[in-house]
Amino acid sequence: MLRDITLGQYYQTESVIHKLDPRVKLIATVCFIISLFVVKSWIGYAVAAVFLAVVIRLSKVPFKFMVKGMKAIVFIMLITVVFNLFLTPGEVLFSVWKLRITREGLQQAVTMAVRLSFLIVGSSVMTLTTTPNSLTDAMEKLMKPLKVFKVPVHEVAMMMSIALRFIPILLEETDKIMKAQIARGADFESGNLIRKAKAMVPLLVPLFISAFRRANDLAMAMEARCYRGGEHRTKMKPLRYAGRDRIAYVVLTAYFAACIGIRIWL
Amino acid sequence: MGIIKTKGLVFEYIRRDEEGNVEGITRAVDEVDLDVKKGDFVAILGHNGSGKSTLAKHINAILYPTEGSVWVDGMDTTDEKELWNIRQEAGMVFQNPDNQIIGQVVEEDVGFGPENMGVPTEEIWERVEESLKAVGMYKYRKFSPNKLSGGQKQRVSIAGVIAMHPKCIILDEPTAMLDPNGRREVVRAVRALNDVEGITVLLITHYMEEIIHADKVFVMDKGKVAMQGTPREIFSQVEMLRQLRLDVPQVTLLAHELKKSGIDLPEGILTVEELTQELKRIYRQGEKAQVQ
Amino acid sequence: MSIILDHVNYVYGADTAMAVHALRDINLVIPDGQFIGLIGHTGSGKSTLVQHLNGLLRPTDGSIYFNGEDIHAQDYDKKKLRSKVGLVFQYPEHQLFEVDVFSDVCFGPRNLGLSRQETELRAYAALKQVGLEDDYFYQSPFDLSGGQKRRVAIAGVLAMKPDILILDEPTAGLDPKGRDEILDQIAKLKAETGITVILVSHSMEDVAKYVERIIVMNQGAVMYDDTPREVFQHYKELEAVGLAAPQVTYIMQALHESGIPVRTDATTITEASQEILRVMSDHRT
Repeated sequence: MLRDITLGQYYQTESVIHKLDPRVKLIATVCFIISLFVVKSWIGYAVAAVFLAVVIRLSKVPFKFMVKGMKAIVFIMLITVVFNLFLTPGEVLFSVWKLRITREGLQQAVTMAVRLSFLIVGSSVMTLTTTPNSLTDAMEKLMKPLKVFKVPVHEVAMMMSIALRFIPILLEETDKIMKAQIARGADFESGNLIRKAKAMVPLLVPLFISAFRRANDLAMAMEARCYRGGEHRTKMKPLRYAGRDRIAYVVLTAYFAACIGIRIWL
Repeated sequence: MGIIKTKGLVFEYIRRDEEGNVEGITRAVDEVDLDVKKGDFVAILGHNGSGKSTLAKHINAILYPTEGSVWVDGMDTTDEKELWNIRQEAGMVFQNPDNQIIGQVVEEDVGFGPENMGVPTEEIWERVEESLKAVGMYKYRKFSPNKLSGGQKQRVSIAGVIAMHPKCIILDEPTAMLDPNGRREVVRAVRALNDVEGITVLLITHYMEEIIHADKVFVMDKGKVAMQGTPREIFSQVEMLRQLRLDVPQVTLLAHELKKSGIDLPEGILTVEELTQELKRIYRQGEKAQVQ
Repeated sequence: MSIILDHVNYVYGADTAMAVHALRDINLVIPDGQFIGLIGHTGSGKSTLVQHLNGLLRPTDGSIYFNGEDIHAQDYDKKKLRSKVGLVFQYPEHQLFEVDVFSDVCFGPRNLGLSRQETELRAYAALKQVGLEDDYFYQSPFDLSGGQKRRVAIAGVLAMKPDILILDEPTAGLDPKGRDEILDQIAKLKAETGITVILVSHSMEDVAKYVERIIVMNQGAVMYDDTPREVFQHYKELEAVGLAAPQVTYIMQALHESGIPVRTDATTITEASQEILRVMSDHRT
């Protein structure tokens, strides 16, 4: 059912990683992803793997939740691997019919697979240990300098957090309207693409109307509670760095320096 | 002057057809004079389209009068300088619980108002705690609003308003989308606010049983105040209430029927106990008459 | 045209940690032409139950028969079932989508593959059955009042000519007058066409006047299934599960306890008033 889809899929538990400031986690994730493209040797990937494994261990999130995120992109990953495997020119290892597998191709394919899976697992560590709300808070805070260039940082963050709140509500609503139209004999499954698209009209019109009504109501409710943009606003849960965040930054810097070192000297 | 006061309040809006041409003007609120004393529990009754919600939106400065004036604690709502003070002093709870909760966690939602007002962080936490306790939702503070029942969501909305420390709170049909259990929960919470915290309450509803404990009742029809008085005074006019498309509690209706059939009951009976007492009295009298 | 539910169980999210047992061993027979009230508070399973009756949900365990046929058999025509068992959801006006009222009502019959003429005849008849005046037929449904929109939505299901009409909370969000009007209209429709009607509600007071049978649901199971008179006698048990009998029941019980010998099984104000008058006048003479 539609309501089973959980966005951001936060995994509730107590761990050091959960307690870290979301800014640390956001920056760490970005650094980790960059590091995957910095290192080029097997030793480099080994270091990345160890780093990732330690973080996962510390987060106390069962490993199967990390892998769950990979299911969705298994297809993309396969394509990338296949393309790299067969289409990279170089020293031929063996060939079947017209397809040739080269040493370089094999290397490329394995590297891509490793990078992609590290990338996915790495970013899912962040989404699994950070609530969507604190993530938007972190983004707002980190992007604050952009205000100088008239980027509506607060507004964008507010929009994201409202969207996150309403996604489950709208999904449930979709489910309900769909059932009601099925009860009136609507058919959302059979037929060709054009027929299917046409069948969506009885679903989308009510859904849009409802979304607009909700938006209207919400805007009024926010105004009634003195909302007037980011100015004059205080925070109930302000982001403050603690000792563990500083340690995390040190560890992160050490890891990143190691990656660069490996790239240069090894 | 009372905490909420309106004088000759008129609100008109222009109806337009699809091309945007003016079709006509509708007068949603028509010459309403209201005076609510501090600490009172006031109910506004009326069927859908009677103008009661439009009236409510004036008190929070969401709508502005076409004619006449609205004052909240002495501040004219058209005075732009006072806008945020008015919205802070006259908190508002709306009908649909889903469309007024902003936070993804209960406590964050309650903190939203104080955040907007610029309250310091520590004080926000204090206010959130006391507000959630006042509506009996403190143990749900870490919950996602999507996991709560309708009545619980409305109580969170009420907590969100009290966290702004308003002097009065306006509830615009807060129970219309709830089941009987949820309705009871919300009404109980609202009454407690009035009794314990002394907050002035303006409750807008079409459920008659929710207004039995009000200090004063206004009944609206076609944008005008059609009746006003204590609940008992209002309930004693059963025929009039029916004409205004309003419901009367079964006990009041039964008493009215019995009275019409010649049983000597007073008008405006509100509770089962009252009716039982009265009928018992009449029954005993009959017994005595028999003995004599 | 009966529906039979045989040991029906339903579990939401059966293979997850959050499994909820929404229906527990439901056995019901719904014969032709009855007027039934299905009562329960939010989360009692009543909405889940009605979605089983037209095959929108499939029982985790147990079977459902419509006219003697298992509706989840391999070759059973679900679309036809849905036209025969009409289900009007809560706040049905939120599903309207067409440019005018008439086209919206045509949606159902058109989906059944009927001819244009037949479709329009049915739509017209359905709009008449819900008491909507001709002036509104070519207006946008979004310009109507709340009560009118709801009528249009009900007509949208009626136009499929169902044998059984199920209405989930048809009065939710309406004011007292709107509520009475819609319930009276449904009762009239029932009397004229003899169709089976199931009213789903959490208010005993609303349905007591109309229905001949009340099914009370609690925690996914059937708690009572009897005439209103019999069901309301259990007012104390109903109270314990968060439901209330009509206020009339409480009045009669209170009078009885205070020594006035009234019968306690009145379900409407008229009945109660007659009973009290009877006792009072007996007493005087």
